[in-house]
Formats: sequence, C-alpha cells, structure tokens
Amino acid sequence: MSDFSQILGIETSCDETAAAIVVSGQTVRSSVVSSQIELHARFGGVVPEIASRAHVELLTPVVAQAVVEAGMENSDVHAVAATYGPGLIGSLLVGVSAAKALALVWDVPFVGVNHLEGHLYAAFLEEPSLELPLMVLLVSGGHTMLVNMKGPGDYEIIGSTVDDAAGEAYDKVARYLGLGYPGGPIIDELANEGDPTAIDFPRAMRNDGYDFSFSGLKTSVVNHVRKHPDVDAADVAASFQEAVSDVLVAKARRAAKEYGSKGICIGGGVAANSRLREAVLDACVEDGIQGFLPSRAMCTDNAAMIAAAGWYRLHSDGPSRIDLGANPSLSL
Amino acid sequence: MIRVETATAAETQAVAAKLAALAQPGDLLLLLGDLGAGKTAFTQGFGRALGVTQPITSPTFTLAQQYEGTSMRVHHLDVYRLEQLDEVSDLGLPELLDDNAVVLIEWGDAIVPMLPADYLEVRITFGEGDDDRALECTPIGPRWSARKAALQRDLGGSGPC
Repeated sequence: MSDFSQILGIETSCDETAAAIVVSGQTVRSSVVSSQIELHARFGGVVPEIASRAHVELLTPVVAQAVVEAGMENSDVHAVAATYGPGLIGSLLVGVSAAKALALVWDVPFVGVNHLEGHLYAAFLEEPSLELPLMVLLVSGGHTMLVNMKGPGDYEIIGSTVDDAAGEAYDKVARYLGLGYPGGPIIDELANEGDPTAIDFPRAMRNDGYDFSFSGLKTSVVNHVRKHPDVDAADVAASFQEAVSDVLVAKARRAAKEYGSKGICIGGGVAANSRLREAVLDACVEDGIQGFLPSRAMCTDNAAMIAAAGWYRLHSDGPSRIDLGANPSLSL
Repeated sequence: MIRVETATAAETQAVAAKLAALAQPGDLLLLLGDLGAGKTAFTQGFGRALGVTQPITSPTFTLAQQYEGTSMRVHHLDVYRLEQLDEVSDLGLPELLDDNAVVLIEWGDAIVPMLPADYLEVRITFGEGDDDRALECTPIGPRWSARKAALQRDLGGSGPC
C-alpha cells in the first residue's frame, strides 16, 4: 500500500473555512484559515445559513491556496480528509461534499474526520514528542470535555458539560454585557483591566466528578448585573473568566492525577484564553507534569489538525465510504 | 394564562414535568425568557419526565438536539442566533412535529409570525430573589386550549385561563 502521506484536510464545521496540507500526519506544509467572524459579529453569534453560504464561496480558493502554499500540484495530494461532524449541518455538508468531489476527480481516497479527534491531534502537530497518556481539556463554543488520550485513536471522554459549553458562556455573557462577538477574545482583553476577585461567582461542580456546568455561572452574572447596574464590566469579565478557568483547571488537574497522565494539554477556541493558559501552566508546574499549550492558531479551528487526524484514520481504518454523511451531533 | 411561581431550578423543572405529563406527540412549546431565566433547565425537567435519560444540554451551538423519550421523541431547538433572520424554514419544523415528537423552541419570540398558531407559550421571568422565577403558560390555538382545564388543575397556579 502506498503510504498516502500527503493529505489535504478540509474543515468547515462552524465559522472558519480552512484547508491544509499535512505530510504523514506530522509535518504541516500549509494551513489556510479564512474566518467569517466579521460576517457574524453583527448577529452576536454564528448564523448557520450565512456560514454555509460563505463556506461555498470561500472553499475553492482556500483549497487552491493551501495546495499552492504547500508548493504542490493537485496531483501531489494522496488523500482528502474532511470534518464530517460535529458542527452545523449546512456548514459540514459543504466541506464533506467538496472533499468527496475532489477525491473522486483526483481518484484518491476520501476520509471523514471527527472534528473533536482533530483537536486531539492538534497538539501533536506542534509537539510530536508529547508523552502519553495525556489529559486533554477540549473547550470551545460547542464543547467542553475532558479526554483521557491513551494513544492515537485510543481515547475516552471522562467528563463533559451537562448544560452550556464554556465558550457558549463566554459568548452569552459578552452579549449580555453588550460587548459584541466573539465573546472569548473580548472578555479576555477586558478582563485585563478588571479585578478577578471582585465578584465571587459560583464554581459549579468544581470538586465533584468530571462533568461541567456553566449555565448557573451565566445566570449568576446576569443576576449580579441586574442587582448592580453600575458594576464595572471589567470586574465582571475578570471575575467570570476566573471562575471558568478555576473550574476547568481544577478538574483537569484532578483528572490527570487520577488517570496517571504524563501531562495536560488544551484545545478548542477557549484554549486561546490567556487566563486559562496561565492557570494550566501554573498547575502543571506545581504538579510536576508536562503542560502543553498549542499556539492560538492550532487551538482554534483549522484544517491541519483534520489532515493529521485523517492520516491516522486512513492508516488504521482505511478510506471512508463515499456515501458517508455529515453528522451534526457526532461524538468522540 | 396560568402563572406559577418557583423558588429553585428544581421547582421549575417540576412544573415542566407536570406539563410533560400533558404533552402529546405533535405538540409545540415556545420557551421565552431572558438569558439565564432557565429555558434549558425547563427542558431538562420536561425531557426527564418523558423518560429521556441522556443529558439535555444547551442547543445554542447545534441549533437542534433530538432525544428519545419512552413514548415520544423530544426535539429541543434554539433560535437564539436566528432571531433576526428569515431562515426558520431551514429548521424543518413541520417534519419535526410529525416525527412522533414534542418540540420545544428556546428564544421563539421573534419567529412567532412564522410558526403555526398552535402552541403553548411558556414565559419565564425573574423574581425578587436570585432563583425566584415566574412561569406564565398561555395556550395559543386549539391543541393546548383543549387542555386548559387540565393545565389549571395540574399546575395549580393562579390567574384565570
């Protein structure tokens, strides 16, 4: 079997249109991400129909750019990998359909990739020597989970959110405070000017199991602002962010101990949050384990991680069937 | 309109469970209320009463979640991000209602003109204390109006129908 080493990855699960070429699941030759954030900002969140249309317009040029930046021709691509879930159905369909069409035209295998699995491989693209088992904290607008990664393709979700995802709480709190979208970077920046100890927001389930709950925290923010309309938004942002980071890190740390992890790694859009990054590193130093924080570009949605995960999938399970459908609620 | 006051999220969920006991396949419930009012908490209580065992989480990101109850499905929709847009038809509401299922829609206010005029409106508002809420249930159209007496009896709330 040829080794199908040069893989084109395509990612369109939410609001980023991305394509990348990765060699042997490890070497990123190109990674192009075209964000739609400005398109969605005036609505305070991703608008699915706008997202699907934008993917349709952007995907062809983004794929072409990824191939050119890799210094390749279309004929150098050995396989096409695309995210088939979880995500927004209309957006996923654009990427999956494009990937299948390219695979058929180029006569190469198509492989469907679980977006969450992609995030698990993101760290390895930047740090191939990461030791396993690894406790991965995946936090984004749609997901909040702790994954015990024992090996490539071998992982177990040990906890996830019972209500809102952490990133969703960021977006909703930012929208409630009238700060705009996306909530993560805006709150992160505003929090620099605030006092993280100003308001003692609740830490739901902090010391209890590995599941998360952020709905109550969101409600507490709303309650506090209703009662104190003159409160400094920077203090609210800083205290809210502190509460989120505190819970995430406390659980990741406790899980790493219980599962004998060699280190903690973070992924997903919220992993770009500066307070969370600082808190994870502090915890790892204190506990004497590895802490790995992928670059912000690798934490957020990108296609390099999809190409990498696709390479592993292709070599463990072979190509996907060409009738593989998009699955908006696919789980790990 | 029937008004019920609750003092905890668990009480809100108990009210939701009573409503679930009256629900029939094809029913539509519109959940209205500000951020943090407890719309997802309500759906959790509603779904559990129908025998849903999976965790019911916020549908804001995926727009729609589907759960299997013992006698019917539960579709949980969130139009938070659609509210300014004319794309409700993409949700395929008629197909969902026709799926031996009850459909709950969060943030439905802005899409009322696009909905069939046959649903139960559940408006959740904040009270004095942090966890105090008032639930106002208003039947719109024939399906729920036919159950007014049962609603009044089972919710035991105040206010005329």
